[in-house]
Amino acid sequence: MFSSILQTLPQVLIDGLALGAIYAVVALGYTMVYGILELINFAHGEIFMTGAFVETAVLFIFQGAGWLTDMPAWLSYVLIILIAMLVTGALGVGIERVAYRPLRKAPKLILLISAFGVSFVLQDVIRFIAELKTGNYIISTPQLFDQRYQLPLSSISSWFTDASVKANTLFIFAIAIVLMIGLDIFVNRTKWGGAMRAVAQDRETASLMSINVNKVIVLTFFIGSALGGSTGVLFAQQYGTIDPYIGFILGLKAFTAAVLGGIGNIRGAMFGGIVLGVLEMFASSNLGILTGGNFGAEYKDVFAFMILIIVLIFKPEGIFGKAIKEKV
Amino acid sequence: MVAALITGLLAGCGNGATSSSGSAGDSTASTGDKVIKIATQSPLSGGSSIQGEAIKLGAQMSMEDHKEEFTKLGYSLELVPYDDQGDPKKGVANAELIGADQQVLGVIGHLNSGVSIPSSVVYEKYNIPMISPASTATELTDRKLKVVNRVVARDDFQGPAAAEYAVKTVGAKNIFIIQDKTAYGQGLAEAFRDAAQAQGATISGYEGITVGEKDFNGVLNIAATQKPDFIFFGGLYAEAGLLIKQARDKGIMAPIMGGDALDSSGLVDIAGTDVKGALYSSVAGDISKLPDGQEWTARYKEAFGKNPEGYSVYAYDSMTVMLDAIKTAMGSGTEAPARDAVRDAVRATKDFEGVATKVSFDDIGDNAYAKVFIYKFADATYPGSLEAEIAQPAK
Repeated sequence: MFSSILQTLPQVLIDGLALGAIYAVVALGYTMVYGILELINFAHGEIFMTGAFVETAVLFIFQGAGWLTDMPAWLSYVLIILIAMLVTGALGVGIERVAYRPLRKAPKLILLISAFGVSFVLQDVIRFIAELKTGNYIISTPQLFDQRYQLPLSSISSWFTDASVKANTLFIFAIAIVLMIGLDIFVNRTKWGGAMRAVAQDRETASLMSINVNKVIVLTFFIGSALGGSTGVLFAQQYGTIDPYIGFILGLKAFTAAVLGGIGNIRGAMFGGIVLGVLEMFASSNLGILTGGNFGAEYKDVFAFMILIIVLIFKPEGIFGKAIKEKV
Repeated sequence: MVAALITGLLAGCGNGATSSSGSAGDSTASTGDKVIKIATQSPLSGGSSIQGEAIKLGAQMSMEDHKEEFTKLGYSLELVPYDDQGDPKKGVANAELIGADQQVLGVIGHLNSGVSIPSSVVYEKYNIPMISPASTATELTDRKLKVVNRVVARDDFQGPAAAEYAVKTVGAKNIFIIQDKTAYGQGLAEAFRDAAQAQGATISGYEGITVGEKDFNGVLNIAATQKPDFIFFGGLYAEAGLLIKQARDKGIMAPIMGGDALDSSGLVDIAGTDVKGALYSSVAGDISKLPDGQEWTARYKEAFGKNPEGYSVYAYDSMTVMLDAIKTAMGSGTEAPARDAVRDAVRATKDFEGVATKVSFDDIGDNAYAKVFIYKFADATYPGSLEAEIAQPAK
């Protein structure tokens, strides 16, 4: 039993880290907005989904203009990510302006419902556009990298079997790391990042210290949504098929990752995302072996969420979260 | 603006109501035409909408072919398409609507067995016969409802037929099975598993996935450790396409086979060039190989501007059987036949020559002439090429 788990471990880690990196970057958007507004922005999963559709649209435009053949693949990839980040960032700011700002003084529950509303609207608007343009809302997107590499791990030790990795998986790691380090530096080292942390700590005092709170909130939404949109691009390239409903379940899991890491804590969200991705992949690859075939891969979410519940029972504030005393 | 909208809506409703009652009144007054309605129920939106629409269009084509004949009898035919969204709840709700409309004498549908089964209970209540051009679950007809019929083969034959092909023709010895936990996927996968085991193959894994997910690397990691020489998937094309692609990404090169749900151009869109070599069993035959197939395809293309899907022609035949039964039930009378008369006439259909298949319903509504066809994607184009044809053993 143990040896067969070990055999697949490298492959499970590769797949799990790729999934986890996607969860982690999406989780950042949840955690940033929560940190500032104490709002669970449930529309964030749909922003991620919109990013994936923007990717496909831009890719088709590039293809139509014949630029894909002129440009190296990595350059068009980066360009597409930037465009998707701009579009989804602007979308996030728009959502904040239309659906959240007028309700900022309302009870938190109202904001939550508004977030749900936005998420349904986005799903159906995207679905409508996709069906209008292609006649079907499940869309396949062209792949920029289709290389696959074999890692001959079995030659290192007979404990392992060979693992394979897609070029796009490596790209996901690279982009996710760049985004996460960039965000960390931005929040901790820059003036605007400082303002953000100040608003998160105490909005009113921050405004008394001549911080423009509205600007900070807009900036938070822009960055959070842009991160979500960029992950949408990575996701679409990784799986090749997208539909308007991918944001729901993935958003839920990314949100869970944010809670696991301690909601409001940026490094916690990164950690939570990676952990959840690896756990999920481990469960789906090994549950059958661990339970003697009684519970198959289909129970992977049960397993991952059970671990989550256990962690939260013992550490309700999340792994990296600080227990916050009631504000007086 | 809201006020304007509301008045607009009200006006819209008012117009709709008057115009429809007006036209019905007109037609009875001027020509003496009575209306016979036949409903279609299939997913016109959602993941299976390509096949769902094919069912609607196939039925529509047959109805248009028979319109004239019925006009001579003093009836105007009307197709009422319903969208069941592939959702059992929606299917049942539509079925209640259909039952309440006394002019509806039959239903063509559904695509998904999971929708056909609960909806057929409602049809039974209202005595409306249904002919499914696509639902293959055994439970559908095994409940022995009087209204339920289908022109295609049953799952418990589709599975064994696929297993026979996998073991005897491909020579598979170590088979890995994945299913999507739906009534259809699981039923098919289990039937395949039992038959493959009976034929002497080893089943090295039986795992489930969740519909709507995009990452199946976990399940494929298990498959990779078992080194199967054949993979069978019970599920729908959206998941199948991703599974095929991700399996090839992992270097799993064993042939992957699925059921009739893979019989869709959507599979090729999703899996791309990796689809080459993938197999599917289908209850639908290759239309271009049929005697009247070429001509029929050309007419379909002309009418709807697109190529027929696998089920189009079965929906066409289902509708023709239905209309035939209505004519039989009508006899020489001039009154529209009662629903239970149509129901019994449908069940009594024997040796009907359709475009795609001969139809004889047995006592539970299965078609004795139904066959299972095995296809293979030689290129990344839909449909695959016909590999084998496996006839149902006589009961």
